[in-house]
Amino acid sequence: MPRPGFVLEVDRSTPPILFHHGEGFRLTRLPPGRTRVIYPPEPVAALRDPDGAVRHALLNPLGDSDPLPALLRPGMKLTIAFDDISLPLPQMRAPDVRQRVIEAVLDLAADAGVDDVHLIAALALHRRMTEAELRHAVGDRVYDAFAPSGRLYNHDAEDPEGMALLGTTEQGEEVEINRRAAESDLLVYVNINLVAMDGGWKSTATGLASYRSLRHHHNVRTMRHSRSFMDQHHSELHSSNWRMGKVLRDSGVRIFQIETTLNTDTFPKPFDFLMKREWEWGARDRATFVATSKALERTPPRLARQIFQSIRSPHAMSSVQAGEVQAVHRVTTENVYRQQLVAVEGQTDILTMGLPYICPYNVNSIMNPILVMCLGLGYFFNLYRGRPLVREGGVLIMSHPTPWEFHPVHHPSYIDFFEQVLADTTDPVEIEKRYETSFAEDEWYRHLYRTSYAYHGVHPFYMWYWGAHALEHLGGVIVVGGNARAVRRLGFKPASTMNDALEMASDVVGADGSITHLHNPPILLADVT
Amino acid sequence: MKALVFERNVARYAAAAVAGRLAPGRGAAHGPLALRDIDPPDLPGTEWARVRPRLAGICGSDLATLDATSSRYFEPIVSFPFTPGHEVVGDLDDGRRVVVVPILTCAVRGIVPPCGQCGAGRENRCERVAFGGLEPGLQSGFCCATGGGWSTAMVAHPAQLRAVPDAMSDDEAVLVEPAACAVHAARRATGPTDGPGPAERVAVIGAGTLGLLTVAALARLGRHELVVVTAKHPHQRRLAGQLGADHVVSPDELARTVRSLTGSLRAGAQLTGGIETVIDCVGSDASLAQALEVVAPGGTVEVVGMPARRTLDLTSLWHREVTLRGCYAYDDRDFDDAFDLVREARLGRLVSATYPLSRYRDAIAHAAHAGGRGAVKIAFDLRAEKERRLP
Repeated sequence: MPRPGFVLEVDRSTPPILFHHGEGFRLTRLPPGRTRVIYPPEPVAALRDPDGAVRHALLNPLGDSDPLPALLRPGMKLTIAFDDISLPLPQMRAPDVRQRVIEAVLDLAADAGVDDVHLIAALALHRRMTEAELRHAVGDRVYDAFAPSGRLYNHDAEDPEGMALLGTTEQGEEVEINRRAAESDLLVYVNINLVAMDGGWKSTATGLASYRSLRHHHNVRTMRHSRSFMDQHHSELHSSNWRMGKVLRDSGVRIFQIETTLNTDTFPKPFDFLMKREWEWGARDRATFVATSKALERTPPRLARQIFQSIRSPHAMSSVQAGEVQAVHRVTTENVYRQQLVAVEGQTDILTMGLPYICPYNVNSIMNPILVMCLGLGYFFNLYRGRPLVREGGVLIMSHPTPWEFHPVHHPSYIDFFEQVLADTTDPVEIEKRYETSFAEDEWYRHLYRTSYAYHGVHPFYMWYWGAHALEHLGGVIVVGGNARAVRRLGFKPASTMNDALEMASDVVGADGSITHLHNPPILLADVT
Repeated sequence: MKALVFERNVARYAAAAVAGRLAPGRGAAHGPLALRDIDPPDLPGTEWARVRPRLAGICGSDLATLDATSSRYFEPIVSFPFTPGHEVVGDLDDGRRVVVVPILTCAVRGIVPPCGQCGAGRENRCERVAFGGLEPGLQSGFCCATGGGWSTAMVAHPAQLRAVPDAMSDDEAVLVEPAACAVHAARRATGPTDGPGPAERVAVIGAGTLGLLTVAALARLGRHELVVVTAKHPHQRRLAGQLGADHVVSPDELARTVRSLTGSLRAGAQLTGGIETVIDCVGSDASLAQALEVVAPGGTVEVVGMPARRTLDLTSLWHREVTLRGCYAYDDRDFDDAFDLVREARLGRLVSATYPLSRYRDAIAHAAHAGGRGAVKIAFDLRAEKERRLP
């Protein structure tokens, strides 16, 4: 029976606490008497027979959906869309959960005599997946059967012929998705629900959408009114996607949604000590920590990045459900909460966190400063239900090297955003008003998105908007151990050590402010009352 | 009188070349430049006047000469030994304060009739800088007969003298000559091109003295919708912004910024579009190559910073029909306008430090590393020199 998450009050006997720090780790002693540490629940049990569970879900759908075989017939047009490289994190060991589900769907399609099948990586405005990444996601058998004939490909949100405008919501939001998906007799969406934000109508309304459609919910106003976007019922991001879902349904797009959840078994040996509570480390764990830390200190950053990016997570499927979108997503969300939710009483003055080397947008890539901001203020800050972990006007302290470094192929518009936009202003509203359109419609970024492996020109804006709620809420942001110039360009304050950062934070929240540390890995969701 | 003298000395010139390549400005310590007591230059004619320099700037072309990195092109149009210093504010014997216009034109050389260029008012292009009744020298400061500003006395023709208004400080006045170069560059940048239309967008490469002055001159002209400037150092960035640049970027950001501002694509390092006019105030291999990368097809690269022998791939110049155009000195109108520019833009603040002649090695080292040391213009201050106070 996995142990639930809990909140530890730090006292003098508490050992130093582990902080992720990019491609490295730090052990930091936090002040006793005013600090608490939120520990995530242990990984829930994996499904014993994941392939059997998938098949069971396809045959026993939720909501008003027929079983999948009943929806398949010869001569029909079937499209299978699946989540892209941004999920899960880190990439999971083969076979990827998408492969299991897609193979099961294709077996049923073959049994039903369906010939016209396309598979689409639903990447919205993310970068295209490489052949190796697609092979990892869907497996060699599926890739070799579909890709050579052009029936397995990446979504292209900038293909004017490839998108279909289906209508607008009652609030005037345009709904434009991939034409092949929209015009299929059945769209099967294969999802991985790593966090509560994922899935539901967001899968199709975001994953297969265009900038024209995404801009209605990927904006500063929506993000500031999503509190948090991990809580569907208090998230304007989700409200917008759900309104779009209604347009999809009303326009005749038939969707069979398949959602999976993974447990939080995140790191394999020798990094499994990261998942343990510090006082439970054995001699071997301590030795591994010391050896790993020392080795990483001597490892060139590029090599360290390669080592970490090559990690394949032992994530295991913890649930799978299929059928009607909303009915499926209700169950999925419960399963995510079962794995990740931790009850936390009251807010804190100072929230600390160690940021890892990876976020959804730098798989096989570089965690550039904008992504550091997005991971800290966008994702980790929003890992709450109820109220933010840190009080309004409080301070967020995050630990990350924050190198002034960008992947030139994956993130070209990020470089320009960092150099040109952030040099001018860090105010999300100003940025949105003055710069978004020119980046979103830039022909060069469009070209790179469509033909190379670049994120869309507008994507760095979305990363910044992701942190808009936190920027408005917080009284200050401090980065420990980061490149000082890069940190300042983000509009944050650099600090050399956690003690320095806490001292600086006292200028904002006063001396002896309460501290809460969000312990990770693995990921958790704080239920703050 | 006391003067810094640059002599023709092959061995020392070679030493300066080695030293200058090891560390910019080091050529002053090992090369043919020396502080000497010499006789004041004779007045070449009755109409000529003696000028007692008050401040004399150190220019990039001076540094190139001292470090022996300038081109041998100059050999026939300078005369040795010469006293450097062509950015000069000084006193006449009658007490009037003047700025020296250093170009040694037909009028100064007593050549009648003047050459076609001088006759047309384009004295900066004078065809007779090595001829006439004066030793060769393209400017005062490179001519053995006139002396130069790095001394306590030099001589100048009346055509070379501009009165300094009482309200103008010496710091401002010493910047009039380089400011005139900037006015000339800015004015040429607005001229007609065979490019994609009026030159509405300009990039300035370099934010040393010349780059900053060019930004100020462009801002004063006010005929550009966009001025992008590259600056390496924080104080240069700040000043470029204050002087009117719309975008100030580090050199490695220029191509990305221009690409994004002009909606261009890229083919390798080359922008497919670009900016109509690029003013190169550096003149190095790297700056020229960068200028060609970001200039629009049919656009113009103005070379304002003094180049020397350069290695450059000109394929894109050929393929994109780009004009590579020199931009030297100024005409009378530019010089007159420079007074206004210096005053209105308060350019005296660009004078960062002054040195006595006796500390010339420190002064030149400071000037050679001005950017990295938070400085812009370094000048010699002759006002307290003992010889200067003699009647």
